[in-house]
Amino acid sequence: MSGEHAIKAHGAEHTEHHDPVANKIGMWLFLFTELILFGGLFIAFAVYLHLYRWDFRAGSGSLDKILGAVNTVILLTSSLTMALAIAALSRKKVKASLSLMAGTVLLAVMFLGVKAVEWGHKFHLDLVPGSSVMQNKPMGEQIFYALYYTMTGVHALHVIIGIGAIAVAAGFVKSGRCHAERPGLLENVGLYWHLVDVIWIFLFPLFYLIG
Amino acid sequence: MSSGTEKHALVPYGLYVKVWLGLIALTVATVAVSFLDMKNTVILTAMLIASVKSTLVLLYFMHLRFERPLFTIMLVAVILTYGVFISLTFLDYSFR
Repeated sequence: MSGEHAIKAHGAEHTEHHDPVANKIGMWLFLFTELILFGGLFIAFAVYLHLYRWDFRAGSGSLDKILGAVNTVILLTSSLTMALAIAALSRKKVKASLSLMAGTVLLAVMFLGVKAVEWGHKFHLDLVPGSSVMQNKPMGEQIFYALYYTMTGVHALHVIIGIGAIAVAAGFVKSGRCHAERPGLLENVGLYWHLVDVIWIFLFPLFYLIG
Repeated sequence: MSSGTEKHALVPYGLYVKVWLGLIALTVATVAVSFLDMKNTVILTAMLIASVKSTLVLLYFMHLRFERPLFTIMLVAVILTYGVFISLTFLDYSFR
């Protein structure tokens, strides 16, 4: 929209105002706020891990390492397909780029599916904050589960938002508004997707592997 | 970068695949290591491997390696700021 104003203001000598670097700086600034959002939760985790070390290890031992590892591989692979989708677009391979984005979304849905199985299993055991089963657990384990639901939940929310963002970017690529000479939108969605991956890279060992 | 077009060195597809293979290998390693009974170094080892993995994602998938240094400098500033948060929190908790 501001681009149209720029054209009107400066006449024909300027084409649309376009600043890819500023574009990217804006996206990174947003990613920093995301890092600090999760950062706060990680500090809470670190403090309670420090205070309730053995309860946390017991809680961690109750999570399925293999399912967690499978989900890590799924998310890492989705990061690869996203990076390849951007690489394909910059080579003007629109179809390949769209297929790779579809693959990324498919992997993201698989990730959420595994997450749903894990949460479902815990719900089945009544391991839910506030349940009588939970209240009979030691304090540290209760806090471990509270942080587990909060942090993997907020992360899953980011995965869901990421799926929406990839779908929007795919629409722009399909309609030709996002293309090899101006891939900023897809690149920024890619940055978001990779950040979601980076956060999972820390969530996975902290929750699943310290048991 | 002074021209209007975005200058991007085309990163070869193969490089992304290699980075991905490295990430998968490190995931297998971190799970394998977790089955060893290491008592006090479990968390340290897990965090070290996670740091290497996220550095790979940041440098290659998120292109920090190919961008101007500004982006890396900003990220380092954020990480240092976060380090201050962590240090202050633990200074508080350690001397209560």
